[in-house]
Amino acid sequence: MVLELKKPRPVWQIMFSTHHTDVGLLYTITGLAFLFMAGVLAMMIRTHLFFPGQGVLISDSVTFNRIFTVHGLTMLFLFALPVANGVGNYLVPLMVRYKDMAYPKLNAIAFWMNPVGGVLLWLGFSDTSWVSYAPYSVIRAPGPAADMMIFGLKILGISSILSSINFVVTILKCKHPDLPLRKVPLFAWSMMTVSLMTIVAMPSYAAALIMLLTDRLGVSGFFNPSMGGDPIAYLHLFWFTFHPEVYIFLLPSIGMMYEIIPRFSRKPLFSQGSGVFAFVMLGLIGFASWGHHMYSTGMDFTTKVVFMIGTLAAVPASGMHVFNFLATMWGGRIKFAAPMKFAVGGIALFFSAGAGGVLNSAMPLDFISHGTYWVVGHMHLFLTGTIAFGFVGMVYYMFPLITGRMYSEKLANIHFIGMLWGSVQVFYTQHLLGLEGMPRRIYDYPAEYTSWTQLNQIATIGAWILGASFVAFLINLIYYSAKGKEANMDDPFGLGGKYYYPHQAKNPHHIGY
Amino acid sequence: MGHDTAEWVFIGVVIAILVYVGVDSWIVQKEVEEVPADAETIKVTGQQWFWSFEHADGTKEISTLHLKKGHAYNFEIYSKDVMHSFNIPDWVVFEDAVPGHVNHAWFAPDQTGEFPIQCREYCGLLHYNMRGSLIVEDTP
Repeated sequence: MVLELKKPRPVWQIMFSTHHTDVGLLYTITGLAFLFMAGVLAMMIRTHLFFPGQGVLISDSVTFNRIFTVHGLTMLFLFALPVANGVGNYLVPLMVRYKDMAYPKLNAIAFWMNPVGGVLLWLGFSDTSWVSYAPYSVIRAPGPAADMMIFGLKILGISSILSSINFVVTILKCKHPDLPLRKVPLFAWSMMTVSLMTIVAMPSYAAALIMLLTDRLGVSGFFNPSMGGDPIAYLHLFWFTFHPEVYIFLLPSIGMMYEIIPRFSRKPLFSQGSGVFAFVMLGLIGFASWGHHMYSTGMDFTTKVVFMIGTLAAVPASGMHVFNFLATMWGGRIKFAAPMKFAVGGIALFFSAGAGGVLNSAMPLDFISHGTYWVVGHMHLFLTGTIAFGFVGMVYYMFPLITGRMYSEKLANIHFIGMLWGSVQVFYTQHLLGLEGMPRRIYDYPAEYTSWTQLNQIATIGAWILGASFVAFLINLIYYSAKGKEANMDDPFGLGGKYYYPHQAKNPHHIGY
Repeated sequence: MGHDTAEWVFIGVVIAILVYVGVDSWIVQKEVEEVPADAETIKVTGQQWFWSFEHADGTKEISTLHLKKGHAYNFEIYSKDVMHSFNIPDWVVFEDAVPGHVNHAWFAPDQTGEFPIQCREYCGLLHYNMRGSLIVEDTP
């Protein structure tokens, strides 16, 4: 059993450990810390946009640009990726029945690159926006900030490649010989899919970052038209990594829902086979749609059509996941404890985000929504609505495993209602703002556009509700991990039977427990 | 374990919807991209942080663009420094201004009035204020 707080250990023992549960704990705690830090930035952005033209809270546009850049970078690279690795570290070795990850030291190294990259991103506080499109990030972005961002992202990219290699080897080579690959639980399948995707996708962005750096140093002109380069090349290199990366962020969260939903429905999974098939399909099709981020860059008609088909092709596979979840819950004796609530809320928001995505991929409609707040709402529905919901559900699910105690179900309920309500209010409203034509990444907007003002104020109030709900989460995490009721480790959620299997984890540091 | 027919029906419905969306947007986009032969060319140049315009007869305007109702216009979009995006939201005119590239967008206003012009691709310090206006006049 892994009981980090009931049997306290000196913190250095956890920090210098290479055991998969310890590295998993470090990943999870780091990811949560960055989630709260970037969340504060999000609250600042939304509060600032409440009143147009008055410079509330943020008094100049450079600061605003830096804040939304670091908010995006942190949420993607220091929250979404590390938490997937954190949960993966806890569960994947158990799921394939191996004593640890394949390369424990590599695992610890991959983790310790995260804080370093995070420090570089936060000290730099770049203003390039997280996409850092080429001519701006090469010729205009100020001083050491952009260079520090490039180095920070470089380190984080290497870290994610190392941990991906580790997951692939653990699942394919260290799997118990009696366990056929198709029977490996779907969360491990999701980790393997995204790890393979990372290994294929990430090098293109790594190359783009080096090219950006040499362009900034003036020794090359890859993206500089006056030296024979082309800014569009950066977009291709960037989106070839970051459209697959959308699925790399998303699939572990879907895998976490596969872990939660059958257990709390007290029913076997509807179909293991269709889950595996959908993961593999998304892993392949994820590479066929990067161009839909570039419809308006002067792409010709045929290319647009090809990328539209590639984008639409990802929808049936996502639909198969949703169907699988619903069919699993159908007729089950569902227990709506916190993990299940977050999983079901996440599925609902995943469905609405996907429906919005179909509209984005349709070429004529994309010219209305692209670059507006529609896109902001759309991708936040995925990142908050699906990824954060799945992960938060998983944190509640693993809470007894990590702490040996139970969280407060009442606070978790407040957290769930606030988070669902807030997400709907802020992100659906942002879709409407996009239809009203409001561009994204703007510091201020004209006060005479009353519809923009009203919608922004509705969205900001939603964001406050969403932010406030995380206070309940924080109390649960801190107070109840030390003072909560002791959990029944065989069946902490009272589901009947041994549905809870992470308790098999054995950490050598807990000898004698 | 599960019942397969239900899943196949579900997937079939999803694919049918997607085919409809795909075919319809192919038809609409094809129509939208057909520039009328009599369209008047207007050069649009984006730079940090304003738009300038040059009419076919050589008259130049900055930030405010005057056009006539009932004519078709084809914008030639240039950028002098970083990426911008030329956007008239009320007329769904939207195309990136990319250094080293010439992009096109066209429209034919059929209503008079004043409409906002804005930049929809992040371009730095005053991106939020890279605004102009389009005035469509009813002169024959």
